[in-house]
Amino acid sequence: MPETFVEFPDSMESAALHAAEADSAGKGHLGQNLILNMGPSHPSTHGVLRIMLELDGEIVIRALPDVGYLHRGDEKIAENMTYNQFVPYTDRLDYLAPLANNVAYALAVEKLMGWTVPPRGQVIRVICCELARISAHLLGMGALAMDTGAMTVFLYIFTEREKIYNLIELLTGARFTTSYTRIGGQIRDLPPGFVEQAKEFVEQFKGKIDELDTLLTRNKIFVDRNKGIGIISREDAIDFGLTGPDLRGSGVDYDVRKARPYLTYSEYDFDIPLGSVGDCYDRYLCRLEELRQSVRILEQALNRLPDGPINVGDGKGFLPHKDKVLTKMEELIHQFILVTEGIQAPVGEVYFGAENPKGELGFYIQSKGGGVPYRLKIRAPSFVNLSILTKLLPGHMMSDVVAILGSLDFVMGECDR
Amino acid sequence: MTTLDASINWMRKNSLWPMPMGLACCAIELMAASCARFDIARFGAEVMRFSPRQSDLLIVAGTVTYKMALSAKRIWDQMPEPKWCIAMGACASSGGMYRSYAVLQGIDRLLPVDVYISGCPPRPEALLEGLMRLQNKIMLERSTEELKKLPPPNERVAA
Amino acid sequence: MAAPDLIASLQRQFPGKVGQGREFRDEWSVEVDREIIRAAAAYLKEDLGLNFLLDISSVDHMGDEPRYEVVYEFAGLGGPNDQQHLRVKTRVSEDDASVDSIVSVFQGADWHEREVFDMMGITFNGHPDLRRILMWEGYPYHPLKKDFPLEGLPSDMPGEGGFSRVSPMEGGPFVAPPAPPPKIGDAPTTVREPRAHPAAHPEKPV
Repeated sequence: MPETFVEFPDSMESAALHAAEADSAGKGHLGQNLILNMGPSHPSTHGVLRIMLELDGEIVIRALPDVGYLHRGDEKIAENMTYNQFVPYTDRLDYLAPLANNVAYALAVEKLMGWTVPPRGQVIRVICCELARISAHLLGMGALAMDTGAMTVFLYIFTEREKIYNLIELLTGARFTTSYTRIGGQIRDLPPGFVEQAKEFVEQFKGKIDELDTLLTRNKIFVDRNKGIGIISREDAIDFGLTGPDLRGSGVDYDVRKARPYLTYSEYDFDIPLGSVGDCYDRYLCRLEELRQSVRILEQALNRLPDGPINVGDGKGFLPHKDKVLTKMEELIHQFILVTEGIQAPVGEVYFGAENPKGELGFYIQSKGGGVPYRLKIRAPSFVNLSILTKLLPGHMMSDVVAILGSLDFVMGECDR
Repeated sequence: MTTLDASINWMRKNSLWPMPMGLACCAIELMAASCARFDIARFGAEVMRFSPRQSDLLIVAGTVTYKMALSAKRIWDQMPEPKWCIAMGACASSGGMYRSYAVLQGIDRLLPVDVYISGCPPRPEALLEGLMRLQNKIMLERSTEELKKLPPPNERVAA
Repeated sequence: MAAPDLIASLQRQFPGKVGQGREFRDEWSVEVDREIIRAAAAYLKEDLGLNFLLDISSVDHMGDEPRYEVVYEFAGLGGPNDQQHLRVKTRVSEDDASVDSIVSVFQGADWHEREVFDMMGITFNGHPDLRRILMWEGYPYHPLKKDFPLEGLPSDMPGEGGFSRVSPMEGGPFVAPPAPPPKIGDAPTTVREPRAHPAAHPEKPV
């Protein structure tokens, strides 16, 4: 055995030390480092990410993530579609929380137009965002649990997500990939019975969060696999531009809902959970606590749903109501022009970031007038969160890589667009 | 079609082991189909082994980009016969709504697809319906003739 | 400090190289010369406290000179300018499509710059590893340029002799031309009506 070989590194420090030594000592010891391709098709439910790992035994020396296996050309497509035609593409960005993407995109274009949706429309959007947040965090935690061995949790969270799907299907017509918002509002109002069903769901969901807590939080195996693993320091988190629970797990207090409140978030009473160490366990706890806060926001939003219109109104840019279109001439012409030419945007550029479950989803829209954006850039939180892998993975063991990927909670649809 | 055919086909169709190629949003509906509400285990297909060597059904769920196409083809090649393929969703069937420079317009340009399931994403019930159609298709195969076409065992090890 | 003061401070630090601030929808953007972009990023981070790089994007103004525009979104997190946003833009011409990389200032700029290189073809001087990130290595084009068609151009793929084909457009998408809103005296609506995508060629059989 060469003298630099460490039999069982029993702590992160000694493993990191070994990695540093191996790096500087060159390939002096027996054999070479193993290049392992954690290929685009692998059993974690994280989509198509490829990481090339250089391993020395079990310890990762270098990691090179390779993204782009789901790059579908969304930004180029956006330059050929009117603003409303692009809404279905936004669903498929973070496909675990499609409603949140729809709302973020609609808000970005409405900022460009200078429109504000009436209060009822805003509260409906808050309800959509929070339901999407619950759905996405549940799957994120379920995937992390399944990867670290807790298969039961995965099945339990899918039952809860099916209840959310029922609600979303009642509201929008589709289980997910909803395409619910339009520029200036929503396509339909809350159907009768939605508020009661949502309140019922929220009531029973509180018990389910506690169940999830009991299963995972003090589970020795889960804690051992996640505590002390994948520590992202505060400075690194800010320097790399992380957002969302990944950033808040490292203790940085930045949540767009509190920092630059949009919709009606400034009216609700909720807290932002922050981590202290920045390891995988902290990020998991952040997501768990955010579930509880989302439930709080949902209760408040469902209780104070105001009456009134949900769209900006016919005169501006929203499609007129169908029965008027079919009977009156002016609305017919209006509908024709809106559908064929799209809503006419002013010349200018905006950036709008919303707090999506994965982080800050931002849209940078540059418009030269007309119904089609000149440039639409999607600032995807998962793309930015993944960029830390090159710095984060070295020094960890092979099985920790899986826990780190699960805790970073990224979605390749968003990362690659 | 002999009784031997029928029994072999019956055995094959009732325990299809899928290899999920969950690329994008359809993967979430695939996962939902394997969970408690739309139990795919009723059809014997809950064994989602991520190893192509141990599976006989490739479910391509999601958009196939040109960058990913090579990996998809390699995985299909690694699967042993008999194997079937389901193209789940609009993107896998024909490129879906992504007509752009980076998207392969349908996985059937690369590998032979047995069942196409439309939807964006298809509901899990649609996936189960597609699975049932595939099962019907398998029942109609002439499996003993396929077995007879194989060379004798000691000649089968190729270069 | 409010955004106009940040811009004024930037103008004092780099006299003559920073343009006028512009405001639209409560957001301020300023254009700087591309030589000073790294120094400007460092100044914004260290002295003005804008330590959070949100995004780097690129825009292709085909037909204008200089053709490309690289857009940086900076924000402050903690510190004196918490939640201040500033958009810094720089123009790059087609003949010398390169900008200094700001990876030494913000580590997060790494992947953003790789994406800009991949999609638009702008190289970043001093970037540690400028490779393609979303398309495969060896893809010969830069897709987000305005003269690259949406349906793509055929190209080779690495390994096993594969190649990528052009996507069939089949007469769609129906594109409304980006144009200013109509005024009285404009050309008749038939000119502004949407028409089929120019590349509606039938797809060659396999």
